[in-house]
Amino acid sequence: MSDGGALGRIGVRVLAIVEEVGDFARLAGATARAALHRRPPLRETLRQMEAVGVRSTTIVAVTALFTGMVMSLQTAFALTRFGARPYVGGIVGLSLVRELAPVLAALMMTGRVGAGITAELGSMVVTEQVDAIRAMGADPVQKLVLPRVVAVTLTLPLLTVLANVLGVLGGMLIADWQYHITPHFYMRTVTYAVVLQDFLSGLAKTFAFGWIIAMVGCFMGLATTGGTTGVGRATTRSVVTASIAVLIADFFLTRVLLSL
Amino acid sequence: MSEPAIALDGVHKAFRGHAVLRGVDLAIARGETFTILGGSGSGKSVCLKHMIGLLRADAGRVRVLGTDATELREVQWVPLRRRCGMVFQGAALFDSLTVYENVAYPLREHLDVAEPRIAERVAACLDAVGLPGVERMLPAELSGGMRKRVGVARAIALEPELIFYDEPTTGLDPANARRIAELIAELNRRLAVTSVVVTHDLELCFAVSDRLGLLKGGRIAALGSVEEMRASSHPDVRAYFAGVQDVGDEDEERGQAHGS
Repeated sequence: MSDGGALGRIGVRVLAIVEEVGDFARLAGATARAALHRRPPLRETLRQMEAVGVRSTTIVAVTALFTGMVMSLQTAFALTRFGARPYVGGIVGLSLVRELAPVLAALMMTGRVGAGITAELGSMVVTEQVDAIRAMGADPVQKLVLPRVVAVTLTLPLLTVLANVLGVLGGMLIADWQYHITPHFYMRTVTYAVVLQDFLSGLAKTFAFGWIIAMVGCFMGLATTGGTTGVGRATTRSVVTASIAVLIADFFLTRVLLSL
Repeated sequence: MSEPAIALDGVHKAFRGHAVLRGVDLAIARGETFTILGGSGSGKSVCLKHMIGLLRADAGRVRVLGTDATELREVQWVPLRRRCGMVFQGAALFDSLTVYENVAYPLREHLDVAEPRIAERVAACLDAVGLPGVERMLPAELSGGMRKRVGVARAIALEPELIFYDEPTTGLDPANARRIAELIAELNRRLAVTSVVVTHDLELCFAVSDRLGLLKGGRIAALGSVEEMRASSHPDVRAYFAGVQDVGDEDEERGQAHGS
């Protein structure tokens, strides 16, 4: 009997997940339709882009700079064993541009912006502001979801470019101070190893990451129930779900991009 | 008799298995002010939200302004909502927008008019609720009573035929509650609209209503003019007016908390 109970509970849980995925797909579909058929509210989209970009610049910059620096330390340490230490710039550049800068920028954005979106929309749900939008004959997807999805999807690639530059510079500083590799030589190894395709494949992924972060953030926010404690719960779930989704998407996108 | 402004016919609604409405039958005539009375969690607000399509009935039919709205999709509700205004329990003003932007919101959504006309209409609405000159303030800078009145100004901006008030005096001190009651009565006289008020505040109910209905156990238990209800010998009406606790409605309260 207890097995049946456990199986039953698993069944209920699986059904709940399937239902949630269905709801997410419906919201994503409605957002895509709104993007195709209706003009996104321009002022709100620009306001969101500014809020998202400015709010995340510092955290992305600091993350990228220190990641570049630690990458330089670790890579130089490893390369010393092979007598190839001078080529640290090439490896740091490749790792950052192809993988680390896009993923770390996305994860930072998830914590900062995705959580913010969920908390904001969740608060709007529990204070009936979303109902108020509907009651006034307006569409919450067009007014709230679309501007945020467009803003994050376009801003994350820009922040990733910043992360690329600062990460490579951070690596250069350490290479110079710690290992006396001249900035000139460091940059030559970077430009030799990193080609445009590396840069583009890293950048392409960030559009998908941005979409995931904003869609998950909006979905969790709009699905908030249970008052202010519900907002906290939704925010935590949003960060966890979006972070995992970004990492899983990263693997599959990288796999696809490498086969192109 | 002309067609009622709103007709609910056997409306049922449950949230996660908890029945809140169990067959509500109600017809509200054009031009009248109808109050739905009931204890906390009796399903008053749920009932109101069916009238503007924020909730969809599990069974039964809903007619609004001559249209069968039971099966309407969200987008099909827009023309009906254009003719309605709703005042939410916590006012549901948009936190990030000024009072001016809040009141202008439905105007911008539905009218294609120049900014000076919008400004004129916003000023007229704020004047009508006794709050001239607060356009530049943010909702957070207003008192609870002022927020409610801005909510009323936003609801009347499009000169609706129907106004819904969800607990308009809840959370206000007696002076502000009386002020809101006077405002509702005055608007009803001046604008000749149909109003539906949901409340547990008897003073407000007697001050504004033409007719009232008592919601109990998910149904309209009794219904009539203010005089008829005051003279009623119906045990539920007597108990409610005498201030006896609605113990039987606790189940609905729990169900509602799950669903909304």
